[in-house]
Amino acid sequence: MEKIIQHLQGTFDVKVVKKQRDDLYFVTVGKEQAIPAVTYLRDAEGFTHLVMITVADWMEKGVFELNYIVHNYELHADISICTNINREEATMHSAHHLWEQAWTYQRELKEMYGIDFPGSPRVDESFNLEGWDNIPPMRREFDTLKYANETYFPRPGRETHDPAAYMKQKLYPDE
Amino acid sequence: MSNSNNHKLLIQPDRSSYPQPDENGKMQLDLDSGKYVKVWHGPNHPGVTGNMSLELTLCGDEVVEAKTHVGYLHRGFEKIFERRTWMQCFPTVVRMCVPEPDSNEYNLAAAMEELSDIEVPEYAQWMRTLILEMARITNLLRLLPANGGTMGLGLGVQWGVYLRDLILDRFEELTGARIYHMYIIPGGVRGKMPEGFKERLINNLNAIDDFLVRFKRLVIDNAVYKKRAIGTGYIDPSWVDKFGIVGPNARAAGYNRDVRKDNPYLVYDQLDFEPYIDKEAASDIYSRTWVRFMDLKYGVEMIRQILDKMPKDGEILGKIPNALNWKIPTGQTYVRSESSRGEYGFFAVADGSEYPRRINLRGPSYTHAIALLEKLLVNANISDVSAIMVSLATCPPEIER
Repeated sequence: MEKIIQHLQGTFDVKVVKKQRDDLYFVTVGKEQAIPAVTYLRDAEGFTHLVMITVADWMEKGVFELNYIVHNYELHADISICTNINREEATMHSAHHLWEQAWTYQRELKEMYGIDFPGSPRVDESFNLEGWDNIPPMRREFDTLKYANETYFPRPGRETHDPAAYMKQKLYPDE
Repeated sequence: MSNSNNHKLLIQPDRSSYPQPDENGKMQLDLDSGKYVKVWHGPNHPGVTGNMSLELTLCGDEVVEAKTHVGYLHRGFEKIFERRTWMQCFPTVVRMCVPEPDSNEYNLAAAMEELSDIEVPEYAQWMRTLILEMARITNLLRLLPANGGTMGLGLGVQWGVYLRDLILDRFEELTGARIYHMYIIPGGVRGKMPEGFKERLINNLNAIDDFLVRFKRLVIDNAVYKKRAIGTGYIDPSWVDKFGIVGPNARAAGYNRDVRKDNPYLVYDQLDFEPYIDKEAASDIYSRTWVRFMDLKYGVEMIRQILDKMPKDGEILGKIPNALNWKIPTGQTYVRSESSRGEYGFFAVADGSEYPRRINLRGPSYTHAIALLEKLLVNANISDVSAIMVSLATCPPEIER
């Protein structure tokens, strides 16, 4: 694995390498280098299995961190190619030409986070949320509680508690 | 089991007048021409595995285009996690796959333990392995007979439901719950085996042995089933990496894919087993049924092996922080386990607070039920749609989360 990481560092402008386990590395590259790096891993290093394309929303930093996790069945190891993209102009190059299932992930990311993947098949079709007209709901600024309070009728007799405070009172009443 | 060349022997209809895809790969279908019929196969349909639907476009009785629609069971779990402490995620996370919730418990616990550097006692690791294998056979008792059920052999389904209920009794004894067990918790498990549990479980396993003999006679050796299942729903082995095919579906295509062997976790490296692979790579419905048949057989043997090898007693819980104020150190990881349907993984991101920044499930159905199924159904006969879908063992809740 370390040789592969060194090859990546020699070939691409790698910003951060984090070894999570012996069989899992997170490698951060620039937006323009993410798809070439994933392609290199697939074609040259045997990481033929796209595990998933996923994202973490770092609203306070103004970025989405995209992760392309790929797996090598010979080494039984994973590398996640990470890249940060601007939350306000959230577009990314498509990976649908590399794996047939990639467009499904991209379609979901468009719906849930508003990240566009121009050229990705059916990227504008709704995935889970047919008829949704609010902001993409997985963005951290989407407040589920506020949405539920505004959208659904309050039920008479229903009480709500702050779960942490309620459980603390139940489990540790003397603390 | 079946001849890998059978799919080539099928008589193919003349498709010269069928619609062709345009340069974007989209089918050009003139629905006003009267040549095509749109059929919604689900979400309320006995031949659909759960709450999803297939939008089928038919030319005669043959499918020319298929689209998977999900969202009927979307409960926004991954969004809800942002408002829950890590520990509060447990009652929710199990609901991401109803028939086999234990993989979710394990993956979340494993992610939290890895990020917090927590050791799990040995006895708890054996108990986790036991419950994961019990979950596997419970789900296979649904999935395997369903393959016969889609072709009119419903008796096997009833046998499977009965035996599944027996194992659910054991789950109830061990965990207090039949479906959502929440038995695996960070640091270990919630309890030890009750007295007499082992003997009762062994009795249930013996009943499954009998079922396998009868099921083979009813479905696997059935001439009608063979006639319909061999050569149908063929997955070209070259698609395995291209479509992210994992688990039994990949093993039916001749690939050795099993997380328990590839990336051993818990105590799987101490168990003696070899996952079944269809070496002929027949990769059709029949082959996938046979792989699941062998998975159930091996699963039963593996539980016996676990019961023999595991320590008689031990600690069930390692040292963990106060669950109510548990702050997971900043970091991210991907953990995986082998569910009865293949690789099941969690991508988890912690930001140093009590709440997860992101938990994202990678379920095998995400790839099997959408990109792969849509491809497989083109040129399939309408009467084979359910059989093809069920043979992939798709589970919509893990797609929608």
